[in-house]
Amino acid sequence: MSEALLSIQDVAVELPTPRGTLRAVDHVDLSLEAGRTLGIVGESGCGKTMLSRAILQLLPKKAKLSGRVMFAGQDLVRLAPERLRRLRGRDLAVVFQDPMTSLNPVLTIGTQLIETIQEHLELDALAAKRRSIELLTAVGIPAPEQRLAQYPHQCSGGMRQRIAIAIALSCEPKLLIADEPTTALDVTIQAQILDLLAREQRRRHMAMIIITHDLGVVAGRTDEVAVMYAGRVVERAPTPALFKRMHMPYTEALLAAIPKLETAPHTPLPAISGRPPDPTRPVPGCSFAPRCRYAAGRCHQAKPELVAGETAGHVYACFHPIQMAEGVGA
Amino acid sequence: MTQAVAHVPSGEPLLKVDDLVVEYGFGNRTVHAVSGVSLEVARGETLGLVGESGCGKSTLGRAVLQLRRAQSGSVLFDGHDLTAMQGEALRKMRQRVQLIFQDPIASLNPRRRIGDIVAEPLIIAGVKDPAQRKQVVYEVLSAVGLDPDLVVGRLPHEFSGGQCQRICIARALVLNPEFIVCDEPVSALDVSIRAQILNLLEEMKARFGLTLLFIAHDLAVVKAVSDRVAVMYLGRLCEVAPSEQLFARPAHPYTALLLQAIPVPDPDVRPAESVATGEPPSPIAPPSGCRFRTRCPRADQRCSAEMPELREVAPGQFAACHHPLA
Amino acid sequence: MATLELSLPEEVEQPVRRRRRLGFLFWFAICWIVIVFVLAIFAPILPLQNPVDMDMLERRAWFSSEHWLGTDGLGRDELARLVYGARVSLTVGLCAPMIGLVAGGALGLLAGYFRGRFETLVVGSMDVLLAFPPLIFALAVVAYLGQSIPNLTFILGFLGIPAFMRVSRAATLTLARREFVIAAEALGASHARILLRELLPNVLLPLFAFFLLGVAVTIVVEGSLSFLGLGVPPPMASWGSMIGEGRESLDVTPRLAFLPAVAMFVTVLAFNLVGDTLRAITDPRQGAL
Ligand SMILES: Nc1ncnc2c1ncn2[C@@H]1O[C@H](COP(=O)(O)OP(=O)(O)OP(=O)(O)O)[C@@H](O)[C@H]1O
Ligand SMILES: Nc1ncnc2c1ncn2[C@@H]1O[C@H](COP(=O)(O)OP(=O)(O)OP(=O)(O)O)[C@@H](O)[C@H]1O
Ligand code: SF4
Ligand code: SF4
Ligand SMILES: [Mg+2]
Ligand SMILES: [Mg+2]
Repeated sequence: MSEALLSIQDVAVELPTPRGTLRAVDHVDLSLEAGRTLGIVGESGCGKTMLSRAILQLLPKKAKLSGRVMFAGQDLVRLAPERLRRLRGRDLAVVFQDPMTSLNPVLTIGTQLIETIQEHLELDALAAKRRSIELLTAVGIPAPEQRLAQYPHQCSGGMRQRIAIAIALSCEPKLLIADEPTTALDVTIQAQILDLLAREQRRRHMAMIIITHDLGVVAGRTDEVAVMYAGRVVERAPTPALFKRMHMPYTEALLAAIPKLETAPHTPLPAISGRPPDPTRPVPGCSFAPRCRYAAGRCHQAKPELVAGETAGHVYACFHPIQMAEGVGA
Repeated sequence: MTQAVAHVPSGEPLLKVDDLVVEYGFGNRTVHAVSGVSLEVARGETLGLVGESGCGKSTLGRAVLQLRRAQSGSVLFDGHDLTAMQGEALRKMRQRVQLIFQDPIASLNPRRRIGDIVAEPLIIAGVKDPAQRKQVVYEVLSAVGLDPDLVVGRLPHEFSGGQCQRICIARALVLNPEFIVCDEPVSALDVSIRAQILNLLEEMKARFGLTLLFIAHDLAVVKAVSDRVAVMYLGRLCEVAPSEQLFARPAHPYTALLLQAIPVPDPDVRPAESVATGEPPSPIAPPSGCRFRTRCPRADQRCSAEMPELREVAPGQFAACHHPLA
Repeated sequence: MATLELSLPEEVEQPVRRRRRLGFLFWFAICWIVIVFVLAIFAPILPLQNPVDMDMLERRAWFSSEHWLGTDGLGRDELARLVYGARVSLTVGLCAPMIGLVAGGALGLLAGYFRGRFETLVVGSMDVLLAFPPLIFALAVVAYLGQSIPNLTFILGFLGIPAFMRVSRAATLTLARREFVIAAEALGASHARILLRELLPNVLLPLFAFFLLGVAVTIVVEGSLSFLGLGVPPPMASWGSMIGEGRESLDVTPRLAFLPAVAMFVTVLAFNLVGDTLRAITDPRQGAL
């Protein structure tokens, strides 16, 4: 096993709110090697965005962060702001869910792209422009030269997300974090954007984190998947192992809730009842217990710790793990 | 222009849209949002409507409710032509047809209490007795799985997206409508809540005997609830067929493309790379002939010269394509 | 596979009621406004001297038990004039923006909702109104109708209409495109109902905050007009006219201009403060997670 590019150790994020302290990320450990892809999956509000922001050191000011975020041998939590700023954008890049809000509406696409390149790569204006055109071509934008003069609102949602990806890729980052890059887009465009990300990731040998709430999105496109629930990673495994031998009832339920093409119309979907617990009111036992159909006894009193499964690299946090027969899908 | 209409297997249709054209003036240009769509929805049926963003699904949905007036064509609801209706008559009719939106939070007035929001349709419909209103409101709120006592006095921002969507469904149900247009009711929700809302819609449909026009951009979601599915591309219908048939044997190349784009939650299914190339052209200047030809792998001369009409390619399955898939 | 738990009611947690700390300044502002109002309303029954009674022997007298705040250049009781001045300043300060609020607010709401030719007409006529020099308008009205408090209120109120119209139209424009308005329309609600039940409650708050700002501005403008001699007819007192009169003896008795100026300053500040705080706490999105 090679040295991990990114290694998150015991990271916790707490936010003070009027309702009390909100633990958005609850002692998470993760690691990722260069050239590999990690999927982070979980319901809305489970702390996916906060975790990615903790990696980037872009948390809200009032947030309290603990733990270590080791990136290429240095602890980002303790890095000087100036060094951190140079690192972001250059080695660490991010693509957000809503491309409309992450692009500046009053600047042309060219200005935003060229400025980023100039700032981080120290190229002259002409070289930066050439590079912008290359990048726009790479992300599949027709007539890139004309696009440079346009404003974000003149592009469709899919176009804007491509441009955001071009900006993120502009400085050859070592790690790209894509926070729900396709949630705001429709299925065909989603497929295109995911293909684009996968292609660029392989070509550049980047490490990539894809955050999503849809297990279908990560299935064919990641090496490893971490399932988050209520701020904690509850199951983590190499992608094939996770889908074939999942142990966590939550993972099973998430997978089952996706409508499948094979099932006949009007078949009721196995929905997860209820909602995730209020993050300002931590429950004593397993946080999934109120919604879990396997919950019994211990589940309501003690927090299950992550334990190793049979496949290398598979960990899960559950007292009553489900045992799936080999090859049987949800 | 005569166009084949995807006929409903049996019975008189509750909704019949005939050659509907809706355009938006946009400076001195025209957005051809809906260009000659004809469809029928039978009583008690759910018709799914899928298509990419901007293809005119919402416009069609709103034109059915006369929230956007059509340039031409007609919308027959239970035999009455809604496009010819005005004022009071239309207002009465609207109480039989309801709408649910994509963004559940934006479709609730942030300054009104849930109880008032859900009672509003009753007030508009002229239910004068507050006790009677309260009883109906409590009934529908319980029906959509919310505790009325806890909910009525609160403001929309105190609820999650899924709960707001339940409230929207309650508001749509309170007048006991016959027909509901669901405009991407689950697109803004995440997977687990989406399943809850889809199940709820199905349950409500059975319980209140509803007929639905269900709009979405995800075929898998549409299939879960629809009896028949209509596929739309750039303002025109491509294919209309019973759900099972459409998914088993898509006839239109665009339907096939949409099917391939669905993310499959199985790591062994390697996503087919670049099946979905390109984006829809602008509805301001749609391509000549078949509107899909700029992205269609089967396009030829005829496709750019001649506009394909919807025709029956298999029993009950209609496609608008010169070279339908086998 | 998994069980269906459809009929399970969605749990809704009890709302957390929390007290907001409004801060010392807010309460100070409220107290000040209440005191000024009470004094102004009950001025005639308070044991005050007559504000227009001149005592030529006691001109510019210093604070005494008889004249708590001394007397002005004509020997009139300064405290009485301040209190009666508050009556004028507050009457004009509240009534004038009220005209703007009602007329401008309604016009903006209708223009933003109906759009089209009506909107063009409203916006166009407001632009014309804004282009007309306000001082000349005030002079013309005073010249034709005479100098009186109702006329002054009318002038200031009329001049405020365009600003209120803009605030209300801008708020309406963004709201009218929101789905909840379309939802009401789909329910068969009439225009009047949509305007009153859906739009008005949402537009009212920015308008009210703007109203409080308008009160503050009007008090100052009334002061300036009175200072220029276009305001209340003498010998009636308003804070503005008192500052104007005090200016003549600024070198000898600066307090004659200073006292009404302080009263005006603190009142204006208090209205602004209350306006800002109210806007902040009544925003329904505040406190949402
Ligand atoms: N600025 C903030 N201040 C206080 N709490 C916040 C803030 N941002 C997020 N939270 C809370 O932190 C928790 C985790 O939020 P986060 O945005 O990480 O969720 P997420 O998994 O990204 O969800 P989504 O799928 O909706 O993006 C949530 O409970 C959220 O309400
Ligand atoms: N008010 C409007 N003025 C001008 N053009 C409009 C207006 N509303 C919609 N359009 C255009 O009409 C076309 C169809 O829009 P519509 O909202 O019906 O699409 P949709 O299929 O519902 O898309 P989505 O999935 O994004 O909701 C789009 O090209 C859109 O830009
Ligand atoms: S620990 Fe218990 S409650 Fe938690 S997921 Fe496992 S079985 Fe369910
Ligand atoms: S008509 Fe031609 S271009 Fe259109 S879908 Fe069929 S084959 Fe493709
Ligand atoms: Mg997020
Ligand atoms: Mg739409």
